[in-house]
Amino acid sequence: MANNGKPKFGMYWASSCGGCEIAVLNIGDKILDVDAIFDIAFWPVAADFKYEDVRNYPDGYIDLCLFNGAIRNSENEEMAHLLRQKSKVLVAFGSCAYEGCIPALSNLTTREKTLSTVYLDNQTIDNPERTLPKEVTTVAEGELTLPSFYHTVKALDQVVPVDYYIPGCPPEPEQIWAVLEVVVNALLHGADLPPTGSIVGAGKVAVCEECILEKNVKKITQFYRPYEINPQPGLCLLEQGIVCLGPATRSGCGALCPQVGMPCRGCYGPLDGVEDQGAKMLSAIASVVDVGKPGDDEHQLDDEIKSVMDTLVDPAGTFYRFSMAHSMLRRVRANGNSKKAGGDE
Amino acid sequence: MSEEFEPVIVGFLCNWCSYRAADLAGTSRIHYATNMRPIRVMCSGRVDPQFVLKALREGADGVMIAGCHPGECHYVEGNIKTLRRYHLLKNLLRQWGIEDERFQLVWASASEGNVLAEAVNRMTEQVRALGPLNWKESVIGFDGRGTFSKVESASLVEEG
Repeated sequence: MANNGKPKFGMYWASSCGGCEIAVLNIGDKILDVDAIFDIAFWPVAADFKYEDVRNYPDGYIDLCLFNGAIRNSENEEMAHLLRQKSKVLVAFGSCAYEGCIPALSNLTTREKTLSTVYLDNQTIDNPERTLPKEVTTVAEGELTLPSFYHTVKALDQVVPVDYYIPGCPPEPEQIWAVLEVVVNALLHGADLPPTGSIVGAGKVAVCEECILEKNVKKITQFYRPYEINPQPGLCLLEQGIVCLGPATRSGCGALCPQVGMPCRGCYGPLDGVEDQGAKMLSAIASVVDVGKPGDDEHQLDDEIKSVMDTLVDPAGTFYRFSMAHSMLRRVRANGNSKKAGGDE
Repeated sequence: MSEEFEPVIVGFLCNWCSYRAADLAGTSRIHYATNMRPIRVMCSGRVDPQFVLKALREGADGVMIAGCHPGECHYVEGNIKTLRRYHLLKNLLRQWGIEDERFQLVWASASEGNVLAEAVNRMTEQVRALGPLNWKESVIGFDGRGTFSKVESASLVEEG
C-alpha cells in the first residue's frame, strides 16, 4: 500500500471482453497523466494485484474505481460487493456494467442451453465424455471450486449501488478522458462532482443528431440485415431499411458506425426518461414503416403490415443488443407453457 | 388451489371508439367478464410499447389494446401506427416466451359494445387456459444462484 498522497485508481473486469480496458489505453499519451495523477491500487489487466490485496485495503481506500463487465457469475458479484466497499466512487464503466451488453443477451435463453452450447453442442466442440464444469470437484488433493454460473446476467447496479455510469461499447476515449478530468478536478481541486447516478461521458440527444448522413422522410417497406444490401453512401441507413438504433440511442459516440455504413447498434443506451430502449426503438420503427393506409381493407392491412414486420429478424436481439439486463422484462420466460413461446429459437 | 384462476387483463381503450364501446356495453347491460381493467387513452396510437411491457412485468396476465377500425381513427392514422407496433411487439413478446393470446389488438367502434364484450370474454378464457403469468416472481425472481453441479448432463442431452 503506497502512501504517496495520490488518489487511488482501480479498474476491474467482470463479465466482459476486455475492450473497455483497451478503450482506456486508447486515450493515448494521456494515460501517462493518469499514471502521474493516480496511484494504481487494483487493475488486474495492467498490474499484478490479487483479490487479497483489495480485501486488505481499508473501506473507501480506492478513490475512483472503474468497473467494467456484467454480473454473470458469483465471482463477478463478489467482486462488485468488495469493490463497492473499498471504493469512494464506483463507476459502471461501459455497456456491460451499465446495462448488460452482449453477455446479457444470454438472458434470451436459459443457463442450461448456454452451457450445452458452449460445452456440448457446438460443432467445434470435442467433448466425448460430455464433461460439464462443476461448482465443486473432488480430487485426490482436496476440493476444487468454481464460481456459480447465474441464470440471469445482471448489470452492476442490480447488485450494488453505483455512483456514475459511462455508457458505450466501449466508451469513446475522448469521453473517458473528459470524465477523468472532472474526477481529477474534484479530487485535487475540490470541484463539484456530478450528481450521483448521472450518466457521464455521453450526450443528451439521440445519435441521429450527431449523425452526418442525409435524412429524408422515411418510408420503409422491407427490412434488411447489413449483409443483405450495399447501402447507398451518405444516406440515412434506416431510410434504406437497415435497422439503425440511432433514434433510440444516446449520443456521445460521434455516430461513428453509421458514417462507415454500419447501423447504430445502440451501445450508448437509452435516452433520458426512457426505461426500455428496445420498446422505444420498436415505436420508432413502427412510425417509419410505410405500409397500410387508413382506407385499406382491414384484413389486407393486417397481412401487409405483418409481412413487413416479419422481415425484421430477431427483434429482441436487435433492439436489446446492449440493454437486455436493464430491459423491463429482464430475461425470457423459460418456463412458459406454450409451444409457440420460442425462447432462443 | 381451490379457486379458479381469474386473469387480470389490462385494457388500453381509445377515447373515441373503444372506451365508448365499453360504455355502450354497460348501458346496454351486456354481461361480460370483469377481468379487463380499462385504461382510457386518447388514441390506441398513444400506447407506448413500454406500457405493455410494464403491465406484463407488474402483474397483468394479458394486455388488450382496443381502438377504432382502420380508416375511422379520430387522428386519421393513429390506429395504423398501433397495428404496426402491435405486429412487431408481438414478434418480440414471442421471443420473451409470452404467448400470442396474452397480447391482443381489437377494433371496436363506439357502436360495437357487443364486439368489445365478446373480445374481452374470449381473451379472458384464452388467458385463463394459459394460466398466470406472474412475471416478477416466476421470471425475474428465477435468477437465483445457478450452480454447475445442478445441471444434469442427461437433461441437456435430451434438449440438445
